[in-house]
Formats: sequence, C-alpha cells, structure tokens
Amino acid sequence: MTAKHAALAEKFIADEPRINWHDETLWFVREKRDKAAHGLPEWEQLREWGSQIKNHTLSNLSNYLKEFEEKAKANGIFVHWAQDGAEHNKIIHQIIQKHKIQKIVKSKSMLTEECHLNEYLQQHNIEVVDTDLGERIVQFRKEPPSHIVLPAIHLKKEDVSETFHQHLGTEKGNNDPQYLTEAARQHLRNKFVESDLAITGVNFAVAETGGFVVCTNEGNADMGAHTAAVHIACMGFEKIIPRAEHLGVFLRLLARSATGQPITTYSSHFQKPRQGQEIHIVIVDNGRSKQLGREDFRNSLKCIRCAACFNTCPVYRRSGGHSYHTAVAGPIGSILNPNLDMKANADLPFASTLCGSCSNVCPVKINIHEQLWKWRQVIIAEGYADASKKIAMTAMAFLFSKPKVYRLAGKMGRTIMQVFPFLTNNKWNVWYKQREMPEPPKESFRDWYLKNGKINKNE
Amino acid sequence: MTTRENILNAISSNQPNLVPLPIIYRTEVIKYHDNYIQFKSVLESIGGKVELINNLTMLEENIKVDKVNNIFIINTITAIGEVSVPLDKLTGLELEKLEKVYIKGCLGVAENGAVWISENQMKNRLLPFICQHLILIINKEDIVATMHDAYDKIDVAQNGFGVFIAGPSKTADIEQSLVIGAHGARSATVYVVE
Repeated sequence: MTAKHAALAEKFIADEPRINWHDETLWFVREKRDKAAHGLPEWEQLREWGSQIKNHTLSNLSNYLKEFEEKAKANGIFVHWAQDGAEHNKIIHQIIQKHKIQKIVKSKSMLTEECHLNEYLQQHNIEVVDTDLGERIVQFRKEPPSHIVLPAIHLKKEDVSETFHQHLGTEKGNNDPQYLTEAARQHLRNKFVESDLAITGVNFAVAETGGFVVCTNEGNADMGAHTAAVHIACMGFEKIIPRAEHLGVFLRLLARSATGQPITTYSSHFQKPRQGQEIHIVIVDNGRSKQLGREDFRNSLKCIRCAACFNTCPVYRRSGGHSYHTAVAGPIGSILNPNLDMKANADLPFASTLCGSCSNVCPVKINIHEQLWKWRQVIIAEGYADASKKIAMTAMAFLFSKPKVYRLAGKMGRTIMQVFPFLTNNKWNVWYKQREMPEPPKESFRDWYLKNGKINKNE
Repeated sequence: MTTRENILNAISSNQPNLVPLPIIYRTEVIKYHDNYIQFKSVLESIGGKVELINNLTMLEENIKVDKVNNIFIINTITAIGEVSVPLDKLTGLELEKLEKVYIKGCLGVAENGAVWISENQMKNRLLPFICQHLILIINKEDIVATMHDAYDKIDVAQNGFGVFIAGPSKTADIEQSLVIGAHGARSATVYVVE
C-alpha cells in the first residue's frame, strides 16, 4: 500500500519551525484574499454570478464544447480530444515527433501534472523545461509541486539556494530571493528564445469565440507561446465558459481569491495562431464526464483552480501539499481525486476537519466540505476505508445505538482515566500523540442534568 | 466511435438539466468617484508607474535621446516617432536584448490597474513580454471602472491575440518574497494622456 495522508503529514510536521512558517505564510495569503475581497462591495454577488455561470455551463456543456471546437477550428487552431492522461500524452508526443521538436518549454498546467506528461516524455527521452519559477525549482529537485498556485511553498529560501547552486551554479549560501530569481530569469530566457514548442495550460476557454485565456504573473506562458513555432494548450473540458463577457466575472474572482492581487500581471487572450505558428488545443476528459454524472460531486467541476481552499484549510496548512500524494492537493483535490481512483485516494476525504472554511472562500461556491463528508460515506459503503477505521466505526455504531451500554462505557472510561491514566496516555492511543488527554470529568452531562435540570425546572 | 464522440456522448448523458445564465446587474457593481485616481493608486500598489501627461512631446524626446545613446528600443506608435517595419517577423533571438518598447493601449481598468493591448497595437506578440522596460500609453477618457466595462468595449475576437497587463512581471515563488522582474518586463510605466 502507498503511504497515506496521515503518515505523509507526520513526516512533514517533524520540523516544527518549518511547519509553523508554512502555516503562517499560507494564512497570510488567505488574509490578503480577504482584504481584496472586502475591497469590492459586490464580492458575494460576484461569487454568486460565478457560481451560476458555471452551473449553467455544466448544464449545457456538450453544446458549448462543440461550439468552442467549431470556432477554434475556424480560427485556425487544431483541436484534439483525449479520453484520459495516456491519450493526452500520446497526442502531444505525436505533435513533437511530427515536427521533430527538440526544445520544449512548459508553463504551469495542473492538467499536465495530473496526466504525468513530464514523466511520459522523459521515458521517450524528451526533456521538458518547466518555466514557472516555483515549478522549475521543484523540477530541479525531482519533486511534484505542493500547491497549485505556489508550487514551491513547502521550501525555504535556503533550499532553493542550495538547489540553484547545484543546477545553475549560483553562489553557495546566497539566499537572497532577488538574486536567485535573477539567476532563474537568465537561465530560462535562453530556454525561451531557443524553444521549438511551448506547452501551456488554459484558465478559461470561451465557447462564443473559440479563444482561450492564460493567466500568469511571471509572463512565462507568453515568453514561451510567442517564441516557439508550436503552441500546445492543454485543458480539462470544464474550463469552458459561454461568452467573453463572462471573463469579466472570472478574472475579477480568480486572482483576488488566489493571492489577493486585483488581477494577475498578464491575462493573455489567444484567438488565432500568429503567422507561421501552429496552435493545438487538447481537450481532456480523464474522469471528468464520470464526475459530471455523480450528482453529489459534479459541482467540483466548477473549480477555477485558485487554491483559496488550500490557503484557508487548517489541515492543508499544517500537513503540506505532498501529504495529499496527488497532483491537485488540498480540499478541492480531496473531492476530485476519489473520482479518479477511489481506492488509492480513500484517505483524502478524511484529511479534513469539515470546518467549512473552504466552501466559504470558494469563488464559485463549491460545497467542498459537504462533498468531503459525502465522499466519506461513499468510501465506507464501497469498503475502501482502513480496517482500523471500519472496526472503530462498527464499535461506535453499536455504542451510540444502545444508551445503557453507552452510559456504562462512559462511566468506566471516566473511572479508568482517573485511576489508571496510563491506559489512555500511551503511544498506542493516536489521540494522545502530540496532545494531552483531557481531565476526566467527575460526572457525565446526563448525570449533571438529571440533578440540576430538574431543580431549574421546578423553580 | 472516436474519442471526441465518446466524450461528448458521456457529457450529454451525464450533464444536469439546463439551468439559466444569471443576469449581471451592473447597478450592483462598484463605481469609482475618479477612475484615473483609482487606476493610479492600484497600479502603483502592484509595482507599476503612472504619469499624467498633457501631450506626447516628452515621449518623442525620450525616444530620440535613447536612439542617440544606442539603446535598443522599439516604438510601435506613429504619433511619437518613427515605427520601423516590419516588426512582426522579429524573433525571440533578435529581441532578446530589447531594452524598451512603446505601445498604445486600448483602455485601462480602474479596479485593477490593467491595460488592454491588442495585437494590432503591439505589432509583435513578444514585444510587451520580452522587453526589459514596458511603456504603455492610454487616454485618460479610456479608463473604465471594472472588467465588466472593459469587456463591453473590447472585442477579443477581433485580433489574433490580446492581453491585459497590470504592472511589471513578478513572482513570489521563493518564500513568498515579492520579486519584480520574473520573466517579463522589469518595469511597467503607463503614461495617461489628458
């Protein structure tokens, strides 16, 4: 069995100052989001519009996809369809072979992470250079991104300095972010001007126009797309929106929710290839049509990948992105990934306190915490829960359905904790890990109420 | 069946019943007392520079001085100097050392400091990204309040490419420390013509 969230999180939290830094930094991003949101009196209305546009789009998705394809083709763009990650990778590989491409730059695309494109191309001896600074850092380190917007948020500047010293020959021990970013700028400029192919993601694809929008702060998607002779844009089919005017709603929501910026530095609208250039779009299903058919979970397809739910999540902030062992981590990942592989990702919906903060910050109003709770029920019903969880659940169901047994067990528990504390305060009790057990009360609430509740009623 | 048909059929049979699009009531959207003041304060807060000018003489002079000093600049605006043609064929290799570029923007957005430039304004899609310093020029009356207003005015399908640019290129990927000048322009100045 592969390592599960709790085990992976345990590794991450071993370094206490680092985890505290991670927690506080992401909370700071959440606060910036709040400040940006509060700057617009219509913020809640804007979320509602975003949510309704996405609801409408999902309800007419097949037509919008056909419209998008038709318009894109009329604009001179090649449109491809991929059932799953393997087909997506194969399509890209074929384009690379056809053009005898050697040099490839890629800007951030969580879809290509989901499809494991880099690994696939590497197996065919094709090198891809990730150009987003955070992604380049984790690529050098042979790690996956730990956050969909801030890929290297699990690292400290000392780590980056060491990595760049090894791969780019920067000065050892120079931890200045300005210096390190400049080194990456010079290194990647060469890659951009030499590149034959640029791969990008897609933030929004507009059915009405057949065009698509890519948002970055660094300008890396544009540096690649406008230099290389071939541009491949990869999108999950849920990136469709009906009309260009709806970009007004989503571009207002996206960056404010993601980092608290009023808008990303660059919001690039690709409509037609430039002269002599080829643009390809790969539209990917990879489980999305199945998720669309799951009534309780289809709302997850409204996601615009802002990561506001990551930054606010008390579990994500303290366990780090790698503990989710999937391309898209955090609360949204925990409701998307069980659809892709329920068995492998059965742990994820349990990696939550169900506090609901994710749903409250979601710019398109996905009921994330409710879906987490619903996935738990599906996972238990399908028999994918841990054996220990199953035994505990069965025992609790027995206990809670028999009031007399429950009262007796409570009484025994209180006595045992008072007389023999070592029976609960030991390493085999997971609730004792990193915690003190509570002081056992002298009597249960029921006993107290039987005494005092009646007195009050008589008064 | 092809993959395309498979996917579209699966979507058709799984998508929920049609629900309507919302109406975006513009009366509920923020308005600013002075769009220019808002534009300037937002853009300066995200690292951009904004200057109000009465005429284009100063820009003409700047271009002349830079040319005398052999600084690699490209001007795309006939009103402020000679525009060398053709610009669209210049490649990344040729533009790698480009210092400054002057581009006329279509409009500015007060709520976020973004400027819309279309392909026919930038002439070559690489120019606003590959230059070290980006200089944009917009008319004061072309600053709109929000993105909704911006999309009313522009037609994204009219050109092959268009972009909203809000300030210089930036990143915070190393410990969330903001660094200006990631891959694109290290500085972005917007001259607003009164």
